[in-house]
Amino acid sequence: MKGTNLGEFEELVLLTIAALGNEAYSVAICDELSDHTGRLVKLGVVHAVLNRLEEKGLVKSELGEATKARGGKRKRFYELTMQGKTALVNAKAMRDQLWARIPPLAWKKI
Amino acid sequence: MKEQRQHHPPSWAQRFVAWYCKPGLVEDLMGDLNECFERNVHSIGPRRAKLIYIIDAFKFFRSYTVRRPIFVNPFMKQIMIGSYVKTSGRNIMRNKVFSFINILGLAISMCVGLLLIAFLLDLRSYDRFHKNGDRIYRITNIMSSNNEQSGKFASTSIKTGKLIREKVTGIEAVTTMRNNFSGDAKVGDNILPIKGYWAEPSLFRVFTFPMAEGNPETALKDPYSVVLTETAARKLFGNQPALGKAIQIDTLTYQVTGIIKDVPFFSHISFEALVSLSTVEQANKSDRTFGAWTNMWSNSVYLLPTEHADMASIQSQLNAIAREENQAEENTKIQLELLPLYNIVVGESLRQSEGGPGFMGPHMPPVVLWILGGLAFVVILSACFNYTNLSIARAMRRIKEVGLRKTIGAGKGQVRLQFLAESVIISLAALLLSFLLFLLLRPLLINMAPEMQRLVKLDLTPIMIAAFIVFAVAVGVIAGFVPAIFFSKVKPIHALGNLSSVKMFKHLSLRRALVVIQYTITLIFITTTAIGYVQYKNILTFDLGFSTANILNINTQDNKPDVLLKELGELPEVTALSRSLITTGVGNAWGSTMKYKDSRDSVLVMTNHVDENYLPLHDYKLVAGGNFIARPTTAQATGEVIVNEQVLKRFNIGTGNPGKAIGEQIIMNGRKMTIVGVMKDFHYGTVENLIGPVAFTFWTPEDRAIISAKIQSADMPATLAKIESIWKKIDRVHPLEAAFYDQAIEDAYSEFSTMIKIIGFLSFLAISIASMGLFGMVVFTTETRLKEIGIRKVMGASIGNLIYLLSRGFLFLLSVSALIALPATYFFFKTIVLPNFPYHTSMQIPELFIGLLAVLLIALIMIGSQTLKAARNNPVTVLKRE
Repeated sequence: MKGTNLGEFEELVLLTIAALGNEAYSVAICDELSDHTGRLVKLGVVHAVLNRLEEKGLVKSELGEATKARGGKRKRFYELTMQGKTALVNAKAMRDQLWARIPPLAWKKI
Repeated sequence: MKEQRQHHPPSWAQRFVAWYCKPGLVEDLMGDLNECFERNVHSIGPRRAKLIYIIDAFKFFRSYTVRRPIFVNPFMKQIMIGSYVKTSGRNIMRNKVFSFINILGLAISMCVGLLLIAFLLDLRSYDRFHKNGDRIYRITNIMSSNNEQSGKFASTSIKTGKLIREKVTGIEAVTTMRNNFSGDAKVGDNILPIKGYWAEPSLFRVFTFPMAEGNPETALKDPYSVVLTETAARKLFGNQPALGKAIQIDTLTYQVTGIIKDVPFFSHISFEALVSLSTVEQANKSDRTFGAWTNMWSNSVYLLPTEHADMASIQSQLNAIAREENQAEENTKIQLELLPLYNIVVGESLRQSEGGPGFMGPHMPPVVLWILGGLAFVVILSACFNYTNLSIARAMRRIKEVGLRKTIGAGKGQVRLQFLAESVIISLAALLLSFLLFLLLRPLLINMAPEMQRLVKLDLTPIMIAAFIVFAVAVGVIAGFVPAIFFSKVKPIHALGNLSSVKMFKHLSLRRALVVIQYTITLIFITTTAIGYVQYKNILTFDLGFSTANILNINTQDNKPDVLLKELGELPEVTALSRSLITTGVGNAWGSTMKYKDSRDSVLVMTNHVDENYLPLHDYKLVAGGNFIARPTTAQATGEVIVNEQVLKRFNIGTGNPGKAIGEQIIMNGRKMTIVGVMKDFHYGTVENLIGPVAFTFWTPEDRAIISAKIQSADMPATLAKIESIWKKIDRVHPLEAAFYDQAIEDAYSEFSTMIKIIGFLSFLAISIASMGLFGMVVFTTETRLKEIGIRKVMGASIGNLIYLLSRGFLFLLSVSALIALPATYFFFKTIVLPNFPYHTSMQIPELFIGLLAVLLIALIMIGSQTLKAARNNPVTVLKRE
């Protein structure tokens, strides 16, 4: 199967889903990402990533209520699974560890 | 304004997304697109929103959104077939008895199909080697006249060829061939009887007969030119070059102007030599009837129209020619018609000119093919019935398997495919076996009749093998069709629940119907064979009115009979010798017109020219007068005639007293003759013909001679060898043509015996197939009823009771088939077949019932042995299994 390591964008999407809570569906995720990363996030890319994350078992999804704005189509809401949460925590812990290992001097050279 | 208007995303883009997207994803994906679209309409306007929608619709076209393309589905089925093959293989191995019966039954019946396919393919390959074969036509003459000679003829006049060449437009080449050039070709001491046609140079423009040496444009131009095939040239000249050499044919000298490649086997025109048509034309220059419009008995005209020629226009030009020529004729009207080359061998039966073959090559009327095909189809269908029957008989066992498959998620289509795959595998396995049978039967079929050897080779070709495989697959599909439908309809609940709740009635009646049909067919086949065989034997032993025992007929073939007669007379084994013009009783005929006192009443009588020893040798019974007397040929001797009783009856001579007819004068072929003897009536023609008036006149040395030798010998082969060596002394060139009278009679009915052999063979197959099917059914029924039998035994049923119980159902089915088959055959023969044979014996009860008895016996043995086996089983072992 695919590696369990999170890609950078995957991690961002996961974080966004966690941040949005109950409102995490593709368009909202896309908007949130655009707002907070400042880069132009395309809906198609988000979809692809959501799909991949679901395949990896990091998120799960279910269809919500239909809204008129969507032409009667239901939204698919995403939610972190236990594995997803673990993956995020692990990623953060790994980064924190690496941060902690940076000697203070290293910054001076820049 | 804009805000109030409802904007919709482009509908084709929506449909596009819906088309490619996985069903599970399509809703939220399209929802997202719609939401963005709404938003974009407000923020950047509907036009750009639409554009973005379209762009996004394409962007979502990704590997994970796209549903499995359609082409993947059949591909998946391909992969599934592997699993079908595996499961089928297991099923076949598990049910060895049934698989064996099915495979063997299909194999036996399929070899009939294979033979037929090979036969048809061979017939189809006739004349295909001509480069312009699809454009070549032969002229058919449709003659209507006052006398008997009317009908469609394969031959036409030389004049027709000439007129077409002169008058018809749109023709690339026309060629006339004249039949039956034959003679003894002589080169030095080397003599070879040679056969061929008279032909024109244009022959090589119409047909593709590649020339190895010589110029095709001029080879057949000059009189006395001959073109030989390579084989004929080698036989005559050995390894010497033949081109330009002279050959003596009979008394004339011909120049070899060309050597052509041997004619392929599948050609309706076959020859060893072609002689220029100008030879005959020159020889018949003074004969005005030679080139006449109505002299249409021995020539064929072939034409090659130009490419894309208007055939309707050519036909109307032919009609115009016929109209013009017919004006000059009083009694005879001739129409010309075009017959495509490929329809010559398999096509309408055309008349041959009487008194000489006006016809080229082999021929097979389509109706024969239809009959053969129909019979083969019936036999194959019977084997398919077996398969269907046995498969459904096993339903109880397999229904569980199917139910399980269905519960796991197999669809109807998959179950259907599984069963079809199984039957196709079985039929392919049967094909292997049946191919071996085909190789075994092929020589038998080819050697069955001499006509067959000339007609087909049945050699394997790639097309043939492909056809065999297609045929096997088709048989598999037909055989597996009903089981596949049946099992695909099984409901898992029924199958996995209580089996007894499954209603088995519907297919039970189907199975019964199949058994009845199968046995009806078998019985019809067998009774037909039996009746046919009895009639055939009856014909062979028929009392023709004269004796044929131990008589050897030797054709002297243009040799004077005197020397041969003298030499044969010295053999101790030869007890009597006679000479005659023809051999009677085998279909040969020689006719004369006869008149009595009333000179207007002219009657066709059959004649033979015989010497003084002929009547006693053949044991003809004289009722009045005497035999010819041995004496030198004089006017008086040839003025004597011996007639049969029919002649007296016909002319009312002697009114019931044959003795009074002796000395009466009659006129035969314009000559006065005196009746010297009266014979009892006998069969002049074959037994199909009614007895008619016959007159024998005295044999003269100008006549062709058949020498009949009565032979009394304990060692026939040695005697024949002696005769052969005598023949060799007299004629070195031609092989001895001698046949026993009885054999000649048998040969005369070879068509009949061939038919009986074919039907007999098919009925043998039908019996074997039906028996195997029945055997399978019996094994199955007794096996499933073992427990019942055990209980009955425990309760005190006797073996006899049990056998009755188990076999009564089958016996009922057999009686139903007998009730259908026997009357059907009886009426078929009574009303259709036998009335065509005036001298048939009436059908006897034994002939009708012998087949029934045979089939019943086989069936009873099978049923009996199996039920006995079941009934003898110890109930303890059977019942313990529960």
